[in-house]
Amino acid sequence: MRTLHAIGACGAVAALSLTSGAFAQADSIDHAKADAEFAKFRAEMEASNPAELNEMKGEGLWNAKRGPKNASLAETCDLGLGIGKVEGAYVASPRYYPDADKVMDMERRIVWCMVEKQGFKFEDIARKPFQGPNDANAPEITDLVTFVAGQSRNMKFAVPMKEPKVKEAWAIGKEIASFRAGPFDFSCNTCHGTDGKRIRMQNLPNLARPEGAIRGVLGWPGYRMTGGVMLTSQWRMNDCFRQQRFPEPKYVSDTITYLLTYMTGTANGQLYKGPGIKR
Amino acid sequence: MPKNLVVVSAAIVSLFATPFALADTAAARAKALEAVKRDFNPRGQASLDRLAEDMVQLICNRTANNPSPENTKRLEAKQLALVKYPADGKLMGDWKKGETLAQSGRGFTWTDGAGGAVGGSCYNCHQIGPNEQAFGTVGPSLLGYGKLRGNSPEIQRYTYAKIYNAKAFSACSDMPRFGHVGALKPEQIVDLVALLLDPASPVNK
Ligand code: HEC
Ligand code: HEC
Repeated sequence: MRTLHAIGACGAVAALSLTSGAFAQADSIDHAKADAEFAKFRAEMEASNPAELNEMKGEGLWNAKRGPKNASLAETCDLGLGIGKVEGAYVASPRYYPDADKVMDMERRIVWCMVEKQGFKFEDIARKPFQGPNDANAPEITDLVTFVAGQSRNMKFAVPMKEPKVKEAWAIGKEIASFRAGPFDFSCNTCHGTDGKRIRMQNLPNLARPEGAIRGVLGWPGYRMTGGVMLTSQWRMNDCFRQQRFPEPKYVSDTITYLLTYMTGTANGQLYKGPGIKR
Repeated sequence: MPKNLVVVSAAIVSLFATPFALADTAAARAKALEAVKRDFNPRGQASLDRLAEDMVQLICNRTANNPSPENTKRLEAKQLALVKYPADGKLMGDWKKGETLAQSGRGFTWTDGAGGAVGGSCYNCHQIGPNEQAFGTVGPSLLGYGKLRGNSPEIQRYTYAKIYNAKAFSACSDMPRFGHVGALKPEQIVDLVALLLDPASPVNK
Protein backbone atom coordinates (compact mmCIF):
# COMPACT_ATOMS: atom_id res chain seq x y z
CA MET A 1 0.00 0.00 0.00
CA ARG A 2 2.83 2.33 0.84
CA THR A 3 4.47 1.63 -2.54
CA LEU A 4 1.27 2.51 -4.34
CA HIS A 5 1.14 5.80 -2.49
CA ALA A 6 4.72 6.55 -3.41
CA ILE A 7 4.03 6.05 -7.10
CA GLY A 8 1.01 8.28 -6.87
CA ALA A 9 3.20 10.91 -5.27
CA CYS A 10 5.62 10.99 -8.21
CA GLY A 11 2.82 11.77 -10.63
CA ALA A 12 1.54 14.45 -8.31
CA VAL A 13 4.95 16.07 -8.08
CA ALA A 14 5.17 16.43 -11.84
CA ALA A 15 1.74 18.05 -11.96
CA LEU A 16 2.75 20.24 -9.06
CA SER A 17 5.51 22.22 -10.74
CA LEU A 18 3.08 23.33 -13.46
CA THR A 19 0.40 24.26 -10.98
CA SER A 20 2.69 26.30 -8.74
CA GLY A 21 3.70 28.35 -11.78
CA ALA A 22 0.05 29.15 -12.29
CA PHE A 23 -0.16 30.20 -8.65
CA ALA A 24 2.73 32.59 -9.06
CA GLN A 25 0.86 34.31 -11.87
CA ALA A 26 -2.41 34.29 -10.03
CA ASP A 27 -0.58 36.05 -7.22
CA SER A 28 -0.96 39.44 -8.82
CA ILE A 29 -4.54 38.77 -9.87
CA ASP A 30 -6.86 37.10 -7.42
CA HIS A 31 -5.51 35.87 -4.12
CA ALA A 32 -8.69 34.52 -2.62
CA LYS A 33 -9.08 32.36 -5.70
CA ALA A 34 -5.47 31.21 -5.61
CA ASP A 35 -5.81 30.36 -1.92
CA ALA A 36 -8.95 28.34 -2.57
CA GLU A 37 -7.23 26.57 -5.44
CA PHE A 38 -4.27 25.73 -3.25
CA ALA A 39 -6.50 24.40 -0.49
CA LYS A 40 -8.33 22.18 -2.97
CA PHE A 41 -5.09 21.03 -4.50
CA ARG A 42 -3.61 20.28 -1.10
CA ALA A 43 -6.66 18.23 -0.17
CA GLU A 44 -6.23 16.20 -3.35
CA MET A 45 -2.52 15.78 -2.66
CA GLU A 46 -3.01 14.62 0.89
CA ALA A 47 -4.08 11.19 -0.36
CA SER A 48 -0.72 10.75 -2.07
CA ASN A 49 1.44 13.02 0.06
CA PRO A 50 5.00 13.21 -1.31
CA ALA A 51 6.19 13.19 2.32
CA GLU A 52 5.42 9.47 2.34
CA LEU A 53 8.52 8.84 0.27
CA ASN A 54 10.60 10.43 3.01
CA GLU A 55 8.66 8.54 5.65
CA MET A 56 9.47 5.27 3.94
CA LYS A 57 13.15 6.09 3.67
CA GLY A 58 13.17 7.25 7.27
CA GLU A 59 11.60 4.00 8.42
CA GLY A 60 14.37 2.08 6.67
CA LEU A 61 17.02 4.27 8.30
CA TRP A 62 15.40 3.89 11.72
CA ASN A 63 15.53 0.12 11.55
CA ALA A 64 18.93 -0.34 9.89
CA LYS A 65 22.14 -1.07 11.79
CA ARG A 66 24.32 1.89 10.90
CA GLY A 67 27.22 4.09 11.90
CA PRO A 68 30.60 3.31 13.46
CA LYS A 69 28.82 1.43 16.26
CA ASN A 70 26.71 -0.58 13.82
CA ALA A 71 23.58 -0.04 15.91
CA SER A 72 20.00 0.62 14.88
CA LEU A 73 18.00 3.47 16.34
CA ALA A 74 15.07 1.07 16.76
CA GLU A 75 17.17 -0.93 19.21
CA THR A 76 18.93 1.91 21.03
CA CYS A 77 17.10 5.24 20.77
CA ASP A 78 14.60 6.46 23.35
CA LEU A 79 12.48 9.27 21.94
CA GLY A 80 10.84 9.71 25.32
CA LEU A 81 8.35 6.87 25.42
CA GLY A 82 10.82 3.99 25.72
CA ILE A 83 13.57 2.55 23.52
CA GLY A 84 12.43 2.07 19.94
CA LYS A 85 8.94 3.42 20.52
CA VAL A 86 8.04 5.96 17.85
CA GLU A 87 4.26 5.97 17.93
CA GLY A 88 3.07 9.20 19.58
CA ALA A 89 6.62 10.43 20.28
CA TYR A 90 6.51 13.43 17.93
CA VAL A 91 3.43 15.03 19.46
CA ALA A 92 4.92 14.54 22.94
CA SER A 93 8.04 16.55 22.13
CA PRO A 94 9.89 18.75 22.90
CA ARG A 95 10.44 17.01 26.22
CA TYR A 96 13.08 16.61 28.90
CA TYR A 97 15.52 13.73 28.43
CA PRO A 98 17.30 12.81 31.69
CA ASP A 99 20.09 10.88 29.91
CA ALA A 100 21.12 14.08 28.10
CA ASP A 101 19.91 16.40 30.87
CA LYS A 102 18.36 18.59 28.19
CA VAL A 103 15.02 19.57 26.80
CA MET A 104 15.12 18.57 23.13
CA ASP A 105 12.87 18.84 20.13
CA MET A 106 12.48 15.71 18.01
CA GLU A 107 15.08 16.51 15.36
CA ARG A 108 17.62 17.31 18.06
CA ARG A 109 16.83 14.10 19.92
CA ILE A 110 17.31 11.94 16.84
CA VAL A 111 20.63 13.66 16.12
CA TRP A 112 21.60 13.00 19.74
CA CYS A 113 20.81 9.29 19.32
CA MET A 114 22.75 9.11 16.02
CA VAL A 115 25.80 10.58 17.75
CA GLU A 116 25.56 8.77 21.10
CA LYS A 117 24.20 5.40 20.03
CA GLN A 118 25.39 4.99 16.44
CA GLY A 119 28.64 6.92 16.70
CA PHE A 120 28.05 9.39 13.87
CA LYS A 121 29.93 12.67 14.11
CA PHE A 122 27.77 15.67 14.94
CA GLU A 123 29.73 17.89 12.52
CA ASP A 124 28.94 15.53 9.65
CA ILE A 125 25.21 15.74 10.32
CA ALA A 126 25.27 19.50 10.97
CA ARG A 127 27.30 20.33 7.86
CA LYS A 128 24.25 20.33 5.59
CA PRO A 129 21.14 19.53 7.60
CA PHE A 130 18.50 20.89 5.19
CA GLN A 131 17.54 19.96 1.63
CA GLY A 132 18.51 22.66 -0.84
CA PRO A 133 16.61 23.44 -4.05
CA ASN A 134 19.23 21.62 -6.13
CA ASP A 135 19.46 18.50 -3.99
CA ALA A 136 17.80 15.38 -5.37
CA ASN A 137 17.25 13.96 -1.90
CA ALA A 138 16.60 15.23 1.59
CA PRO A 139 19.31 14.56 4.18
CA GLU A 140 18.88 11.36 6.18
CA ILE A 141 17.99 13.30 9.30
CA THR A 142 15.02 14.87 7.48
CA ASP A 143 13.79 11.42 6.42
CA LEU A 144 14.11 10.18 10.01
CA VAL A 145 12.20 13.15 11.43
CA THR A 146 9.51 12.75 8.78
CA PHE A 147 9.14 9.05 9.60
CA VAL A 148 8.87 9.72 13.33
CA ALA A 149 6.40 12.57 12.75
CA GLY A 150 4.26 10.31 10.57
CA GLN A 151 3.93 7.96 13.52
CA SER A 152 2.01 10.69 15.36
CA ARG A 153 -0.47 11.35 12.56
CA ASN A 154 -3.91 12.28 13.89
CA MET A 155 -2.77 12.46 17.49
CA LYS A 156 -3.06 15.46 19.77
CA PHE A 157 -0.06 17.53 20.81
CA ALA A 158 0.85 16.54 24.34
CA VAL A 159 4.06 18.34 25.26
CA PRO A 160 4.68 17.48 28.95
CA MET A 161 4.22 21.05 30.17
CA LYS A 162 4.02 20.01 33.83
CA GLU A 163 7.68 18.95 33.74
CA PRO A 164 9.52 21.97 35.27
CA LYS A 165 12.36 21.94 32.74
CA VAL A 166 9.88 21.94 29.85
CA LYS A 167 7.93 24.73 31.48
CA GLU A 168 11.12 26.72 31.82
CA ALA A 169 12.05 26.06 28.17
CA TRP A 170 8.59 27.34 27.16
CA ALA A 171 9.09 30.54 29.17
CA ILE A 172 12.55 31.12 27.69
CA GLY A 173 11.15 30.53 24.19
CA LYS A 174 8.49 33.13 24.84
CA GLU A 175 11.19 35.65 25.75
CA ILE A 176 13.29 34.82 22.68
CA ALA A 177 10.22 35.38 20.50
CA SER A 178 10.04 38.98 21.69
CA PHE A 179 13.78 39.73 21.49
CA ARG A 180 14.30 42.56 19.00
CA ALA A 181 17.70 43.14 17.50
CA GLY A 182 19.56 43.40 14.21
CA PRO A 183 19.53 46.15 11.59
CA PHE A 184 15.72 46.07 11.20
CA ASP A 185 14.82 45.79 14.91
CA PHE A 186 12.85 42.62 14.18
CA SER A 187 11.77 39.93 16.62
CA CYS A 188 9.59 36.91 15.89
CA ASN A 189 6.73 38.94 17.30
CA THR A 190 7.20 41.75 14.76
CA CYS A 191 5.76 39.34 12.22
CA HIS A 192 3.96 36.79 14.41
CA GLY A 193 2.83 38.70 17.49
CA THR A 194 -0.63 39.95 16.55
CA ASP A 195 -3.68 38.41 14.95
CA GLY A 196 -4.49 38.57 11.28
CA LYS A 197 -1.27 40.11 9.94
CA ARG A 198 0.29 39.50 6.56
CA ILE A 199 3.73 39.99 5.02
CA ARG A 200 2.89 40.55 1.35
CA MET A 201 0.28 37.83 0.77
CA GLN A 202 1.58 35.37 3.39
CA ASN A 203 -0.67 35.05 6.39
CA LEU A 204 1.34 35.12 9.59
CA PRO A 205 0.20 33.03 12.53
CA ASN A 206 0.10 34.78 15.92
CA LEU A 207 2.29 32.37 17.85
CA ALA A 208 1.14 33.61 21.24
CA ARG A 209 -2.30 32.03 20.83
CA PRO A 210 -3.22 28.36 20.53
CA GLU A 211 -4.94 28.95 17.15
CA GLY A 212 -1.79 30.59 15.79
CA ALA A 213 0.71 28.28 17.43
CA ILE A 214 -0.99 25.23 15.90
CA ARG A 215 -0.63 26.84 12.47
CA GLY A 216 3.04 27.29 13.22
CA VAL A 217 3.67 23.62 13.93
CA LEU A 218 1.01 21.92 11.82
CA GLY A 219 2.18 20.46 8.56
CA TRP A 220 5.85 20.33 9.60
CA PRO A 221 7.90 18.56 8.54
CA GLY A 222 6.49 19.68 5.22
CA TYR A 223 6.96 19.12 1.53
CA ARG A 224 7.55 22.57 0.10
CA MET A 225 6.08 23.05 -3.36
CA THR A 226 8.49 25.91 -4.04
CA GLY A 227 11.63 23.97 -4.88
CA GLY A 228 10.09 20.56 -4.26
CA VAL A 229 11.96 19.91 -1.03
CA MET A 230 11.16 18.26 2.30
CA LEU A 231 11.84 20.55 5.25
CA THR A 232 11.56 20.34 9.03
CA SER A 233 10.69 22.79 11.81
CA GLN A 234 14.42 23.28 12.35
CA TRP A 235 14.59 24.68 8.81
CA ARG A 236 11.56 26.90 9.35
CA MET A 237 13.21 28.50 12.40
CA ASN A 238 16.46 28.92 10.48
CA ASP A 239 14.77 30.69 7.59
CA CYS A 240 12.72 32.98 9.83
CA PHE A 241 15.92 34.10 11.57
CA ARG A 242 17.31 34.83 8.12
CA GLN A 243 14.31 37.01 7.34
CA GLN A 244 14.76 38.59 10.74
CA ARG A 245 18.26 39.67 9.54
CA PHE A 246 19.86 37.81 12.44
CA PRO A 247 23.02 35.72 12.12
CA GLU A 248 22.41 32.01 11.57
CA PRO A 249 21.14 29.94 14.50
CA LYS A 250 23.24 26.88 15.26
CA TYR A 251 21.65 23.63 14.16
CA VAL A 252 19.69 21.88 16.95
CA SER A 253 20.67 24.56 19.47
CA ASP A 254 18.86 25.48 22.69
CA THR A 255 17.46 28.63 21.08
CA ILE A 256 15.59 26.57 18.49
CA THR A 257 14.41 24.03 21.07
CA TYR A 258 13.09 26.85 23.25
CA LEU A 259 11.14 28.40 20.36
CA LEU A 260 9.71 25.04 19.35
CA THR A 261 8.76 24.31 22.97
CA TYR A 262 7.02 27.68 23.16
CA MET A 263 5.03 27.08 19.98
CA THR A 264 4.28 23.39 20.41
CA GLY A 265 3.43 23.78 24.08
CA THR A 266 1.04 26.60 23.21
CA ALA A 267 -0.56 24.32 20.60
CA ASN A 268 -1.04 21.51 23.14
CA GLY A 269 -4.27 19.56 22.93
CA GLN A 270 -4.78 20.27 19.24
CA LEU A 271 -4.68 17.66 16.51
CA TYR A 272 -1.49 16.97 14.53
CA LYS A 273 -2.29 15.76 11.05
CA GLY A 274 1.17 14.47 10.16
CA PRO A 275 3.82 15.66 7.69
CA GLY A 276 2.22 18.12 5.30
CA ILE A 277 2.45 20.20 2.17
CA LYS A 278 3.59 23.80 2.19
CA ARG A 279 3.47 26.47 -0.40
CA MET B 1 30.07 46.01 22.60
CA PRO B 2 28.31 42.72 21.73
CA LYS B 3 30.55 40.97 24.25
CA ASN B 4 28.83 42.89 27.02
CA LEU B 5 25.36 41.86 25.93
CA VAL B 6 24.53 39.85 29.02
CA VAL B 7 26.16 42.21 31.49
CA VAL B 8 24.43 45.28 30.09
CA SER B 9 21.14 43.44 29.88
CA ALA B 10 21.31 42.30 33.47
CA ALA B 11 21.84 45.89 34.58
CA ILE B 12 18.89 47.05 32.51
CA VAL B 13 16.65 44.31 33.87
CA SER B 14 17.18 45.68 37.37
CA LEU B 15 16.63 49.24 36.14
CA PHE B 16 13.34 48.67 34.40
CA ALA B 17 11.75 45.74 36.19
CA THR B 18 8.88 46.99 38.29
CA PRO B 19 8.94 45.84 41.93
CA PHE B 20 6.09 43.40 41.34
CA ALA B 21 7.43 42.05 38.03
CA LEU B 22 7.44 38.28 38.03
CA ALA B 23 10.80 36.95 39.11
CA ASP B 24 10.16 34.02 36.76
CA THR B 25 9.89 36.28 33.75
CA ALA B 26 13.13 38.04 34.60
CA ALA B 27 14.91 34.71 35.03
CA ALA B 28 13.55 33.42 31.73
CA ARG B 29 14.62 36.64 30.04
CA ALA B 30 18.15 36.35 31.39
CA LYS B 31 18.35 32.77 30.15
CA ALA B 32 16.92 33.80 26.79
CA LEU B 33 19.69 36.36 26.38
CA GLU B 34 22.34 33.82 27.35
CA ALA B 35 20.95 31.33 24.83
CA VAL B 36 20.84 33.89 22.04
CA LYS B 37 24.41 34.90 22.80
CA ARG B 38 25.56 31.27 22.59
CA ASP B 39 23.51 29.87 19.74
CA PHE B 40 24.36 31.84 16.60
CA ASN B 41 27.09 31.70 14.01
CA PRO B 42 28.05 34.62 11.81
CA ARG B 43 27.08 34.01 8.19
CA GLY B 44 27.69 36.22 5.19
CA GLN B 45 27.11 39.81 6.16
CA ALA B 46 25.08 38.79 9.24
CA SER B 47 27.75 39.09 11.91
CA LEU B 48 27.26 38.35 15.60
CA ASP B 49 27.27 42.01 16.61
CA ARG B 50 23.74 42.16 15.18
CA LEU B 51 22.63 40.43 18.39
CA ALA B 52 23.79 43.33 20.55
CA GLU B 53 20.89 45.60 21.41
CA ASP B 54 21.20 49.33 20.88
CA MET B 55 19.47 51.67 23.35
CA VAL B 56 16.12 51.64 21.53
CA GLN B 57 16.05 47.85 21.24
CA LEU B 58 17.22 47.41 24.81
CA ILE B 59 14.55 49.62 26.32
CA CYS B 60 11.77 48.28 24.09
CA ASN B 61 12.82 44.70 24.84
CA ARG B 62 12.87 45.27 28.59
CA THR B 63 9.51 47.01 28.74
CA ALA B 64 7.45 44.81 26.41
CA ASN B 65 7.57 47.71 23.90
CA ASN B 66 5.95 50.04 26.37
CA PRO B 67 8.48 52.32 28.08
CA SER B 68 7.37 54.98 30.55
CA PRO B 69 6.10 58.23 28.96
CA GLU B 70 9.29 60.07 29.98
CA ASN B 71 11.58 57.44 28.52
CA THR B 72 9.47 57.31 25.38
CA LYS B 73 9.85 61.04 24.87
CA ARG B 74 13.56 60.95 25.56
CA LEU B 75 14.16 58.08 23.16
CA GLU B 76 12.11 59.64 20.38
CA ALA B 77 13.88 62.99 20.75
CA LYS B 78 17.29 61.32 20.58
CA GLN B 79 16.34 59.38 17.47
CA LEU B 80 14.90 62.48 15.78
CA ALA B 81 18.08 64.42 16.47
CA LEU B 82 20.03 61.79 14.50
CA VAL B 83 18.00 62.17 11.30
CA LYS B 84 20.14 63.42 8.42
CA TYR B 85 18.49 65.38 5.63
CA PRO B 86 19.71 65.61 2.03
CA ALA B 87 22.37 68.27 1.40
CA ASP B 88 20.26 70.19 -1.12
CA GLY B 89 17.29 70.28 1.25
CA LYS B 90 14.92 68.91 -1.41
CA LEU B 91 12.68 66.24 0.12
CA MET B 92 10.53 65.30 -2.89
CA GLY B 93 12.25 63.04 -5.38
CA ASP B 94 10.99 60.74 -8.14
CA TRP B 95 7.93 58.67 -7.23
CA LYS B 96 8.67 56.08 -9.94
CA LYS B 97 12.02 55.25 -8.38
CA GLY B 98 10.25 55.23 -5.02
CA GLU B 99 7.79 52.60 -6.25
CA THR B 100 10.67 50.32 -7.34
CA LEU B 101 12.32 50.72 -3.95
CA ALA B 102 9.07 50.09 -2.10
CA GLN B 103 8.65 46.83 -4.02
CA SER B 104 12.07 45.40 -3.23
CA GLY B 105 12.34 43.34 -0.07
CA ARG B 106 15.99 42.50 -0.60
CA GLY B 107 18.96 43.19 1.57
CA PHE B 108 20.69 42.60 4.89
CA THR B 109 20.07 38.83 5.11
CA TRP B 110 22.93 36.32 5.18
CA THR B 111 22.02 35.28 1.62
CA ASP B 112 22.25 38.86 0.29
CA GLY B 113 25.72 39.97 -0.81
CA ALA B 114 27.40 42.33 1.64
CA GLY B 115 27.18 45.92 0.48
CA GLY B 116 24.45 44.93 -1.99
CA ALA B 117 21.35 47.02 -2.56
CA VAL B 118 18.80 47.11 0.23
CA GLY B 119 15.17 47.63 -0.72
CA GLY B 120 12.50 49.41 1.29
CA SER B 121 10.32 46.29 1.61
CA CYS B 122 7.49 48.76 2.19
CA TYR B 123 4.90 46.52 0.50
CA ASN B 124 5.81 43.75 2.95
CA CYS B 125 3.93 45.74 5.56
CA HIS B 126 1.87 48.45 3.84
CA GLN B 127 -0.74 48.91 1.18
CA ILE B 128 0.66 51.77 -0.94
CA GLY B 129 -0.06 52.01 -4.68
CA PRO B 130 -3.47 50.97 -6.02
CA ASN B 131 -1.99 48.51 -8.53
CA GLU B 132 -0.15 46.29 -6.08
CA GLN B 133 -2.48 43.80 -4.42
CA ALA B 134 0.24 41.69 -2.76
CA PHE B 135 0.75 43.99 0.20
CA GLY B 136 1.24 43.15 3.86
CA THR B 137 -0.76 44.47 6.80
CA VAL B 138 1.82 44.78 9.58
CA GLY B 139 1.63 48.57 9.10
CA PRO B 140 -1.32 50.84 8.21
CA SER B 141 -2.48 51.39 4.63
CA LEU B 142 -0.72 54.32 2.97
CA LEU B 143 -3.03 54.46 -0.05
CA GLY B 144 -4.14 58.08 -0.48
CA TYR B 145 -1.49 59.22 2.03
CA GLY B 146 -0.73 62.54 0.28
CA LYS B 147 -4.31 63.20 -0.72
CA LEU B 148 -5.27 63.06 2.94
CA ARG B 149 -2.45 65.21 4.25
CA GLY B 150 -1.39 67.46 1.41
CA ASN B 151 2.30 67.93 0.73
CA SER B 152 3.26 70.97 2.76
CA PRO B 153 6.93 71.33 3.83
CA GLU B 154 5.96 70.08 7.32
CA ILE B 155 4.35 66.92 5.94
CA GLN B 156 7.35 66.35 3.68
CA ARG B 157 9.68 66.74 6.62
CA TYR B 158 7.66 64.40 8.83
CA THR B 159 7.36 61.74 6.12
CA TYR B 160 11.07 61.90 5.34
CA ALA B 161 12.02 61.62 9.01
CA LYS B 162 9.50 58.82 9.61
CA ILE B 163 11.06 56.70 6.87
CA TYR B 164 14.58 57.66 7.95
CA ASN B 165 13.85 56.69 11.54
CA ALA B 166 10.39 55.40 12.45
CA LYS B 167 11.40 55.33 16.12
CA ALA B 168 11.69 59.11 16.19
CA PHE B 169 7.89 59.27 16.38
CA SER B 170 7.00 55.94 17.96
CA ALA B 171 9.81 54.65 20.13
CA CYS B 172 9.03 50.94 19.81
CA SER B 173 7.46 50.93 16.35
CA ASP B 174 7.58 47.68 14.38
CA MET B 175 8.89 49.64 11.40
CA PRO B 176 12.64 49.52 10.70
CA ARG B 177 14.83 52.63 10.85
CA PHE B 178 15.83 52.65 7.20
CA GLY B 179 18.04 55.75 7.11
CA HIS B 180 19.42 55.39 10.61
CA VAL B 181 20.87 51.93 9.91
CA GLY B 182 22.12 52.84 6.44
CA ALA B 183 19.67 50.63 4.54
CA LEU B 184 18.44 53.58 2.48
CA LYS B 185 20.37 56.72 1.59
CA PRO B 186 18.82 60.19 1.78
CA GLU B 187 18.60 60.27 -2.07
CA GLN B 188 16.48 57.13 -1.94
CA ILE B 189 14.28 58.27 0.90
CA VAL B 190 13.25 61.40 -1.02
CA ASP B 191 11.99 59.11 -3.79
CA LEU B 192 9.82 57.31 -1.25
CA VAL B 193 8.56 60.64 0.06
CA ALA B 194 7.52 61.45 -3.51
CA LEU B 195 5.78 58.10 -3.85
CA LEU B 196 3.65 59.00 -0.83
CA LEU B 197 3.19 62.75 -1.39
CA ASP B 198 3.54 63.69 -5.07
CA PRO B 199 0.08 64.48 -6.49
CA ALA B 200 1.21 62.67 -9.67
CA SER B 201 1.97 59.45 -7.76
CA PRO B 202 -0.66 56.70 -8.21
CA VAL B 203 -0.89 56.62 -4.40
CA ASN B 204 -2.79 59.93 -4.58
CA LYS B 205 -4.89 59.41 -7.71
C1 HEC C 1 10.32 39.60 8.77
C2 HEC C 1 9.23 38.73 8.99
C3 HEC C 1 9.36 37.50 9.86
C4 HEC C 1 10.05 37.31 11.04
C5 HEC C 1 10.89 38.32 11.79
C6 HEC C 1 9.79 35.95 11.45
N1 HEC C 1 8.98 35.33 10.56
FE1 HEC C 1 8.17 33.45 10.72
N2 HEC C 1 7.34 33.64 8.87
C7 HEC C 1 7.41 34.77 8.07
C8 HEC C 1 6.88 34.47 6.77
C9 HEC C 1 6.78 35.43 5.58
C10 HEC C 1 6.47 33.11 6.82
C11 HEC C 1 5.94 32.26 5.68
C12 HEC C 1 4.51 32.11 5.67
C13 HEC C 1 4.12 31.19 4.54
O1 HEC C 1 5.01 30.80 3.75
O2 HEC C 1 2.96 30.87 4.45
C14 HEC C 1 6.76 32.63 8.16
C15 HEC C 1 6.46 31.35 8.64
C16 HEC C 1 6.66 30.92 9.93
C17 HEC C 1 6.21 29.66 10.47
C18 HEC C 1 5.44 28.58 9.69
C19 HEC C 1 4.01 28.96 9.53
C20 HEC C 1 3.24 27.94 8.71
O3 HEC C 1 2.16 28.27 8.24
O4 HEC C 1 3.71 26.82 8.54
C21 HEC C 1 6.60 29.62 11.77
C22 HEC C 1 6.36 28.49 12.75
C23 HEC C 1 7.31 30.84 12.04
N3 HEC C 1 7.32 31.62 10.91
C24 HEC C 1 7.89 31.18 13.26
C25 HEC C 1 8.75 32.26 13.44
C26 HEC C 1 9.62 32.45 14.59
C27 HEC C 1 9.67 31.53 15.80
C28 HEC C 1 10.33 33.58 14.38
C29 HEC C 1 11.44 34.17 15.18
C30 HEC C 1 12.61 33.38 15.32
C31 HEC C 1 9.88 34.15 13.12
N4 HEC C 1 8.95 33.29 12.57
C32 HEC C 1 10.32 35.36 12.60
C33 HEC C 1 7.91 36.00 8.44
C34 HEC C 1 8.70 36.24 9.55
C1 HEC D 1 8.12 45.51 9.22
C2 HEC D 1 7.03 46.38 8.96
C3 HEC D 1 7.19 47.68 8.22
C4 HEC D 1 7.97 47.99 7.12
C5 HEC D 1 8.91 47.07 6.34
C6 HEC D 1 7.66 49.36 6.78
N1 HEC D 1 6.77 49.87 7.68
FE1 HEC D 1 6.01 51.77 7.67
N2 HEC D 1 4.98 51.36 9.40
C7 HEC D 1 4.93 50.14 10.01
C8 HEC D 1 4.08 50.24 11.19
C9 HEC D 1 3.75 49.11 12.15
C10 HEC D 1 3.63 51.57 11.25
C11 HEC D 1 2.69 52.19 12.30
C12 HEC D 1 3.42 52.46 13.58
C13 HEC D 1 4.28 53.66 13.45
O1 HEC D 1 3.78 54.74 13.14
O2 HEC D 1 5.49 53.54 13.64
C14 HEC D 1 4.22 52.26 10.10
C15 HEC D 1 4.02 53.61 9.80
C16 HEC D 1 4.46 54.24 8.64
C17 HEC D 1 4.22 55.62 8.30
C18 HEC D 1 3.45 56.62 9.14
C19 HEC D 1 2.02 56.62 8.76
C20 HEC D 1 1.27 57.77 9.43
O3 HEC D 1 0.06 57.74 9.32
O4 HEC D 1 1.90 58.66 9.99
C21 HEC D 1 4.81 55.84 7.09
C22 HEC D 1 4.82 57.14 6.30
C23 HEC D 1 5.43 54.61 6.67
N3 HEC D 1 5.20 53.65 7.64
C24 HEC D 1 6.13 54.43 5.50
C25 HEC D 1 6.89 53.31 5.19
C26 HEC D 1 7.76 53.20 4.04
C27 HEC D 1 7.92 54.24 2.95
C28 HEC D 1 8.39 51.98 4.12
C29 HEC D 1 9.46 51.39 3.26
C30 HEC D 1 10.66 52.14 3.08
C31 HEC D 1 7.86 51.31 5.31
N4 HEC D 1 6.97 52.15 5.92
C32 HEC D 1 8.23 50.04 5.71
C33 HEC D 1 5.56 48.99 9.63
C34 HEC D 1 6.46 48.87 8.57
